[in-house]
Amino acid sequence: MNETAVLLKMRGIYKSFPGVRALQNVDFTLHSGEIHALMGENGAGKSTLIKVLTGVYGKDEGEVYLEDKPVTIHSPQDAQKVGISTVYQEITLCPNLSVAENMFIGRTSGIGQNWKKMNEDAGRILQSLDIPAKATQQLGSCSIAVQQMVAIARAVDMDCKVLILDEPTSSLDEQEVEKLFKLMRSLKEKGVGIIFVTHFLEQVYEVCDKITVLRDGKLVGEYVIEDLPRVQLVAKMLGKEMDDLADIKGDQPTFERKEGDLPVFEAEGLQSNAGIKPFNFHIDKGEVNGFTGLLGSGRSECVRAIFGADRIIGGTVKKHGKPVKISKPLDAMKNGIAYLPEDRKVDGIVGDLSVRDNIILAAQLLRGFFRPFTKAEANQFADEYIKLLSIKTASADTPIKSLSGGNQQKVILARWLMTHPEYLILDEPTRGIDIGTKVDIQKLVLKLASEGTSVTFISSEMDEMLRTCSRLIVMRDRRVVGELSGEELSQAMIMNTIAGGDK
Amino acid sequence: MQTTGKKKLGVSGLLGKLVRQQMFIPLAALLLLALFNLIVDPGFFQVSLGYNNAGNPVLSGYLITILDYGSELAILAIGMTLVTAASGGQDISVGAAIAISGSVILRVLCGRDSRPETLQAPIIVAFLVACVVAMLFGAFNGALVAYFRIQPMVATLILYTAGRSIAAWINNNELPIISEPSFAYFGGYIPGIPVPTPFFLALICMIIIAIVLRMTNLRLYTQAVGINESSSRLNGLNPELIKVLSFVILGLCVAVAGLIKVSRLSTINYSVVAKDIEMDAILAVALGGNPLGGGKFNMTASIIGAYVIQFLTTTLYKLNVQSDALPAYKAVVVIVLVVLSAPTVKDYFAGLGKKLKSQSMSKEVG
Repeated sequence: MNETAVLLKMRGIYKSFPGVRALQNVDFTLHSGEIHALMGENGAGKSTLIKVLTGVYGKDEGEVYLEDKPVTIHSPQDAQKVGISTVYQEITLCPNLSVAENMFIGRTSGIGQNWKKMNEDAGRILQSLDIPAKATQQLGSCSIAVQQMVAIARAVDMDCKVLILDEPTSSLDEQEVEKLFKLMRSLKEKGVGIIFVTHFLEQVYEVCDKITVLRDGKLVGEYVIEDLPRVQLVAKMLGKEMDDLADIKGDQPTFERKEGDLPVFEAEGLQSNAGIKPFNFHIDKGEVNGFTGLLGSGRSECVRAIFGADRIIGGTVKKHGKPVKISKPLDAMKNGIAYLPEDRKVDGIVGDLSVRDNIILAAQLLRGFFRPFTKAEANQFADEYIKLLSIKTASADTPIKSLSGGNQQKVILARWLMTHPEYLILDEPTRGIDIGTKVDIQKLVLKLASEGTSVTFISSEMDEMLRTCSRLIVMRDRRVVGELSGEELSQAMIMNTIAGGDK
Repeated sequence: MQTTGKKKLGVSGLLGKLVRQQMFIPLAALLLLALFNLIVDPGFFQVSLGYNNAGNPVLSGYLITILDYGSELAILAIGMTLVTAASGGQDISVGAAIAISGSVILRVLCGRDSRPETLQAPIIVAFLVACVVAMLFGAFNGALVAYFRIQPMVATLILYTAGRSIAAWINNNELPIISEPSFAYFGGYIPGIPVPTPFFLALICMIIIAIVLRMTNLRLYTQAVGINESSSRLNGLNPELIKVLSFVILGLCVAVAGLIKVSRLSTINYSVVAKDIEMDAILAVALGGNPLGGGKFNMTASIIGAYVIQFLTTTLYKLNVQSDALPAYKAVVVIVLVVLSAPTVKDYFAGLGKKLKSQSMSKEVG
């Protein structure tokens, strides 16, 4: 590979938060026309490094050079001015504004605004990037994937030299990822340096030139992609040799079901106002099943209907064969159902509350308004689950929003485990989470199942589903189109069913 | 009510920690005001024991005035804190609602006659009726906010506009006067006790809310709803109910304040009673360092905030500031306080503390 000009140089970056040293002496170098992966586990400091670079956080120490000139960046506006654009993991656009407004917000000069021209420009950019959205459409009405692509379009359009993509693919399906990669490659041709943060190893090896690995806020090293096989990358990220991820299903004994046991949960013709067709569903004691299908096929809507999270407009529900009424989440909780929602930030965490309060929340609700846990009890439970799930937090008093994504997810998981559910629904529990935690969660699911808990597992990663589930319900266009189990569980078979294979 | 860590820290580290503490701003403001008055006129702090017209012992002095009038505000601050935390907005109809509940009390006490010789109903009955009415109006506000998703300030604007007319209508626009002396106890003095009664009423309210916050999950639920409604719902909470509940509790606080207000005069002036008190109550919440966008709250800080606001008002009166000009002076002080309690300024001070620390450390080394 021929050496191109150094575009961005970060040297000796330090950053600490109360109780946490997020970055210690981190160096980072980006050449122009390079796609550079930034890898590390949750809490390794990837997001912090990005936020320091883009001026969201001030750095404690260190220097940043852009094209060999030292730059100081105090705010995202500064970063934009010098040509550093970012698309964050979580969508940071305004859902109540139009797509065009979102693309041009904060970028206009002067006081006038030519709305017509803005809409036309936006339409052109959207078209050239093949994004299925109208310029005048309200952003909130687009799917998450499209919102993400609009965010990328916005960044791309800002004549950037350095484009940072922080977990851009976590909510995109494969076709959309392909489109994004095409876009990234064409930007690379133009000499843009791209920093790509992701948890998907396959994607790194598909599109990147170099990898920088961080661990616990420290630099592990910078590697050319050809010199670093996957196994070694994982080892570097974890700081230890990883044993094979593949076979965890065999680790746990399967739960022995008695003959004549009725399903733990059974739904017939269940339908909610979220636009799914009525569906039938059942789960046995100690079973792990899953909903699969493309993004937007109605996977989440199904489990939300089971949990009573959306308004139920039809169908009957039975628990152990007895009819029960579930019209709101509390009903479901009282029937021993727990639900870890898809969107952690919006539906999961209660940001400003402490880790402790976040853990006890659901159990507290079940206990009732007039019976709060005492401080000592709450602390004991919090400490117990922090230890059990090895949640990385400064203390139980730390606000949950200051934890890394994976640890936030563990807290939400702890919250539901604390209610000792009979039936646990996990909707994308491993999205945006590092491999170590992913395997932890998968193992936990199988362990719970072996102890008799029923689990419904949803994931966009097919091999993860195949590793954990013994039965898959396949969805297409908001209806259940098939059910696979035993020998039928294979990638090819799932694909075939999703695609509406020729039977 | 959050406990502070008891770690030993250096002086500058302590300063940083202190500045971050939510109680810091209201307490510092209190200290500053006290200091100012001490310099201008130490007589401000004089409290004397005298006798009122009825020959009962009463304490008097500026501090007693603060205790007296600050108590109304403290009672309202309790409810306003909960409303702010749960709904992320404020109730601006508090003054009008006080007029309504005061009017209800007078109506029940007077019956048909506007100047009765004797009370037509026990005071407790009148008060309870006022409680129910005020809670209903609270529920009305709460329902608009929770179920119709109207901005709290806009939703309560309705009652803010209509409230005083409703209050006048309740008594057919007459001005009832209560001659019964025992009615004046609630806004004045109970014979034999030299401390103004509103203080005791406030104390009762504080004790009740402290018990409620301890014995129930009101704090957790309110905060969860205020921070993230969507995830609260998925955890089995009913966010609408919690919001309405916060407005109903504020209604109860309003009824108590209404009792004090009409008792002070033994009559009511519909257009003037408790005018602009909602702004002071909101200020108390803000001064207590509670985010006005909802979420976490600190009840003690709000209550202290209420007394600080009254301290400020009384100080300005003492300086013979014209009552017309009062709001302008208040605004200046408020700007300073609010800016001081802004997170950016707090961070700056914390950073300053850190700097001092590192400087002193390098001096030691050098």
